Amino acid sequence: MGLFLDFNPFDNLLCILLGISFTVWFTLLLVFIIVPAIFGVSFGIRQLYMKTLLKIFEWATHRIERGAKDNNHLLYKPYSNAIIAKEPTSLEEEIKEIRRSGSNRDLDHASEFEMSDIFYFCRQGVESIMDDEVTKRFSAEELESWNLLTRSNYNFQHISLRLTVLWGLGVVIRYGFLLPLRVTLAFTGVGLLVVLTSIIGFLPNGRMKNFLSEQVHLMCYRICVRALTAIITYHDSENKPKNGGICVANHTSPIDVIILASDGCYAMVGQIHGGLMGVIQKSMVKACPHIWFERSEVKDRHLVAKRLSDHVEDKTKLPILIFPEGTCINNTSVMMFKKGSFEIGSTVYPVAIKYDPRFGDAFWNSSQFGMVNYLLRMMSSWAIVCSVWYLPPMTREEGEDAVQFANRVKAAIARQGGLVDLLWDGGLKRGKVKDTFKEEQQKLYSKMLAGQDSILPTFQAVF
Amino acid sequence: MGSRASTLLREEEIEEIKKETGFSHSQITRLYSRFTSLDKGENGTLSREDFQRIPELAINPLGDRIINAFFPEGEDQVNFRGFMRTLAHFRPIEDNEKNKDPIASEPLNSRSNKLLFAFRLYDLDRDDKISRDELLQVLRMMVGVNISDEQLGSIADRTIQEADQNGDNSISFNEFIKVLEKVDVEQKMSIRFLH
Repeated sequence: MGLFLDFNPFDNLLCILLGISFTVWFTLLLVFIIVPAIFGVSFGIRQLYMKTLLKIFEWATHRIERGAKDNNHLLYKPYSNAIIAKEPTSLEEEIKEIRRSGSNRDLDHASEFEMSDIFYFCRQGVESIMDDEVTKRFSAEELESWNLLTRSNYNFQHISLRLTVLWGLGVVIRYGFLLPLRVTLAFTGVGLLVVLTSIIGFLPNGRMKNFLSEQVHLMCYRICVRALTAIITYHDSENKPKNGGICVANHTSPIDVIILASDGCYAMVGQIHGGLMGVIQKSMVKACPHIWFERSEVKDRHLVAKRLSDHVEDKTKLPILIFPEGTCINNTSVMMFKKGSFEIGSTVYPVAIKYDPRFGDAFWNSSQFGMVNYLLRMMSSWAIVCSVWYLPPMTREEGEDAVQFANRVKAAIARQGGLVDLLWDGGLKRGKVKDTFKEEQQKLYSKMLAGQDSILPTFQAVF
Repeated sequence: MGSRASTLLREEEIEEIKKETGFSHSQITRLYSRFTSLDKGENGTLSREDFQRIPELAINPLGDRIINAFFPEGEDQVNFRGFMRTLAHFRPIEDNEKNKDPIASEPLNSRSNKLLFAFRLYDLDRDDKISRDELLQVLRMMVGVNISDEQLGSIADRTIQEADQNGDNSISFNEFIKVLEKVDVEQKMSIRFLH
């Protein structure tokens, strides 16, 4: 009986403490995160956070390098920076040079086969085995410095007590404090989006509805941005996409959408999914017209093009947001843009997005992680830091076809974002390369053997 | 992702590979990083499919022959040692190696071994001779459908005629070396590293 009496006041105290801490926590959340999100202001807390983190990372990297030197280990070096020196010469030049160095005859007779021709293909092949431009774009960029996440650097062994303690502290902060906070915010943001857009859906179409829909979308995306602790710098906002235009950007992860949509209103394009995604999509489209396709409709290119051009012609509708690469790339390069969105003929507003990999790698490697796993990783990184550049609008010029236009836009985005501009198709992540490329190489070589006349003319692909 | 850290190369292994192939420490670690990224199955070996996944290699007309060079007779998997041993053929020849003691075993990247690598690309059945048939097959790989059988046949005939010295209508390794004695093999079959 005595024991029973002893627990009661203690229990009460515990309840009171929990109650108080929850209230405090929610108030802080509301004041510092949700209210600013509604009005689009910022207290600068995230900037301060970023600066502190950078200083800590510098110290940590320094410590690892010093520790490695002391213990005489050599550090595991990432290969994502080039290993070998490649000279960009063409097939013809290289083979001519090889023949020149070995041939006894004069060069006029040289348009036939030499056994040394094989050296060219040999070296090209082995060079691509040592280091190629494509496969490394589909896995996360490896960092030379360390950011206290074991997932991004393989040198972390027990080097010093201080470093391990720091890392442990990092884990506690990230998983114990940041992750729950972010998950709560994410649920709030998404929940509000679904509920509010459904409510707005009941309003009659008109300016009030559009205005409210824009505000709701912006507010919910801003909450989601804070849910990821995304620190975004927008450049050149005077070039922001306008109604009736198409906004194209390089694609690294689904977060790209949240980043762009928290600064402006867009009509999204995509396939209707099931589950939670589907619910969100259906409620979003009640408030303002987005373009969602059924799975079967996606294959029909004419249908897709028609719906896009119909949308663009209606100047009251929002600009369309499209990612022409078609798949997520790891943010070190821009790969081939699919020409579909460039055939429509409206103004294109290019946007370049570059993530800073030091704080958290935003690349979604869909063959390695599912969506939920990916979001958890995002929410347990330090922050997502990125820069967004709005490039001046571009239109298709006279005599330029869709493919050339797409390449021009791609080059502009790559240049601004400091990314490598590649001709390769992002579809190579999953699929095989088309045989036509090999056939072009064979055609080029055949020209050297048999002279220009007996081969059908073809354009030369430069790789 | 976590398994990669646990398969970091041990120091002793790096030393052995260094001795065998002549690559430097940092080159070996970078190539190891490359090896693990190609190894999708994460079992420490590469299969032919792992190589074929490299688009630039898949469009190379002799891609399959080059991939074959990595796999010893009858095997389907290559481990890191084998990978490095084959890549070592393309290491540039350094000046201080040119005048090495001839009694010491020949380095993998000697002129002779580079030529042997190329020879083996032609020698499909690994019988140390390039027959007319084998030459035709390799030529067909390099030109695709763009040259007629007759023309290709005459090119093959002429090549064998010029190279063949003992009259057996095929090219042996020594005859191969003779034909290419003036070619700058050291430079054309070498890949320069940045580190």
